[in-house]
Amino acid sequence: MSIKRIPSNVVLSVRDLSVSYLARRGRVRAVSNVSFDLYAGETLAFIGESGSGKSTLNLALIRTLPKAAQIDSGSVVYTRLDGTKMDILQLGKNHMQRYLWAECSMVFQGALNSLNPVLRISDMVYETAQAHNMERKEAEKQAMELLEKVRLDARRVFRSYPHELSGGMRQRALLAISLLLRPRIVIMDEPTTAVDILTQRSILEVLKELRAEYNFSTIFISHDLAVAAEIADTIATMYAGEVVEMGPVEDVFYRPRHAYTFSLLDAAPRLSAGEEELHSIPGSPPDLINLPNGCKFHERCRFATDICSLKSPKLEILSTDEDTQQDHAVACYEHRRVLATRRKVLG
Amino acid sequence: MTTTPLLELKNVYRTFEKDRQPIPVLQDVSLAIQPNEILCLVGESGCGKTTTGKIIAGLQTPSQGQMLVNGKPLSELSHHEQKDFRRAFQIVHQDPFASLNPAHTVEQILSFPLLRHGMVASRPMLRRRIWELLTQVDLTPPGDIVNKYPHQLSGGQRQRVVIARALTVQPKLIVADEAVSMVDVSIRIGILKMLHRLREQFGMAIVFITHDLAIAKYFAWQGRIAVMYLGRIVEIGRTPDVIANPQHPYTRALLAAVPEADPDITRRKRPMKLRSEDIPSLMSVPSGCAFHPRCPFFMEGVCDHDVPQLATLSDGAQSVACIPLAQDGKLTLYG
Repeated sequence: MSIKRIPSNVVLSVRDLSVSYLARRGRVRAVSNVSFDLYAGETLAFIGESGSGKSTLNLALIRTLPKAAQIDSGSVVYTRLDGTKMDILQLGKNHMQRYLWAECSMVFQGALNSLNPVLRISDMVYETAQAHNMERKEAEKQAMELLEKVRLDARRVFRSYPHELSGGMRQRALLAISLLLRPRIVIMDEPTTAVDILTQRSILEVLKELRAEYNFSTIFISHDLAVAAEIADTIATMYAGEVVEMGPVEDVFYRPRHAYTFSLLDAAPRLSAGEEELHSIPGSPPDLINLPNGCKFHERCRFATDICSLKSPKLEILSTDEDTQQDHAVACYEHRRVLATRRKVLG
Repeated sequence: MTTTPLLELKNVYRTFEKDRQPIPVLQDVSLAIQPNEILCLVGESGCGKTTTGKIIAGLQTPSQGQMLVNGKPLSELSHHEQKDFRRAFQIVHQDPFASLNPAHTVEQILSFPLLRHGMVASRPMLRRRIWELLTQVDLTPPGDIVNKYPHQLSGGQRQRVVIARALTVQPKLIVADEAVSMVDVSIRIGILKMLHRLREQFGMAIVFITHDLAIAKYFAWQGRIAVMYLGRIVEIGRTPDVIANPQHPYTRALLAAVPEADPDITRRKRPMKLRSEDIPSLMSVPSGCAFHPRCPFFMEGVCDHDVPQLATLSDGAQSVACIPLAQDGKLTLYG
């Protein structure tokens, strides 16, 4: 699958998005000046530790932030199939409701929490259809087709309550419902985190098939580097609310240029790598209320030099893939040294 | 090795009951753990790995079968030896939020077992010992930690306190049940390396329970891995053998299914096509080999009839419980 990186193929364009939470101790800067373009058919994975801001970013994109949060600045411009654009952050309540599910749907971790326990799968389908002026019959037909596609016993599952389904089945059912109105974007937050290995495999296979068939774009959030390596076209590393590196999946995994991405990969064991020497990242993520000066990572960074604690590095484009026109951008003063350092693999 | 195992499970069964129906959580589990050894139990939820860990740590008793400590059956241990066994075998649970009392400071948390088991003779000694333990788990300087409550610590720090608490009684074996599943990727390796170091330093054995095969591979590279499925061990052997050359169809399926943090490798993987994606319930474990309804190498009339026994296929290799493999060392696709 090749993604054409031309302006007319941008589905979602996020610029300078900042989100903060109001806490007793002060303002928590959860997302700081995040910008990216999501292209048609692209899977963009955000990786990073808990507290890096990836989930808050996701919630902001569908405007389901908790009350204590506020969007400080930025725009999230969505482009419809017909080319018309709208800023999601400026939409009124009715338009927002229409946007969700029809243009952008979401699949969260632990499907039991996102499925209403007293509604059958069929009720949820009818409800969604009704809210978007879709015929009941048509909705049912579509739902059955999608449930088949995610390899479920469609007729049984359609009439089931969530508790009657196993974790893997629920997650696949949710995936099917999320595509009911053929959205252009599906946002997924850790969709395979709480499931077993073989269940995770079947969800990933189903996801790949659906993506190939319907060609939707995916924003994928995961702390699991392995899942990101498998399904993403583009990787964005987040640290302390900022995107610190973004580029094609192979580039980021094989030639990481940000010290944090490098360190994350250097802490991830790989099954087929034999005996490995891995390294933990010292310390813990910074306090988002009292952020350090300069690069937010410098206190934990093995590559840090004097400038890192003084001035915040800006995201800059270091290379562009000739075939795909995709940039590899990084915010790190020491990116050359990071690139030159190879991970050690023993045996 | 011909030394007496630190601990041995012999044909251990464990059955729980739900709505008057027996649930066989463990069936015919036999394994031996040598002093200072690393043994990793892996498998999906419901495979019995946690129950095995709890039996080893003395928190559960077998419904049937025997547990030997230093070659002696548990039932024949004197009251005194029983007490020693409980002290020598400690467990570290998954959730460091739930396993620490939120109303106690780190100092209190570590003091209780030290005082209860008479590990220290005086107040100054208690203080010195707590300082020493916190240093051993890399919570330095200890002065910054002792007076804190669990909620003031990060997940990783909390797990280190839990480990320090296990060390208070100078155990010979630690069962670590998903001990790093709830801490961030960047911090996991630090805790695993610390466990390695503590094992060497104190000559402990570690039973490491995880659902994460990559973590199992990394942690137990010098030790062994046991793969469990629906209450039985289906494959057990040296970690490099099991990971690089898996034999049991279930182990092969797992290894082929796990995504890897390497785009080329993970995209080139070919998942094994199972005959069924449904995991059978423990309330109705399939006859014969429990994996037979899903196994692509199913042999009708054999695999659904006879229970396979663990056996080595060649000298020095891992043990596998698979009838087709035991018969002629080959697997043939069903149908």
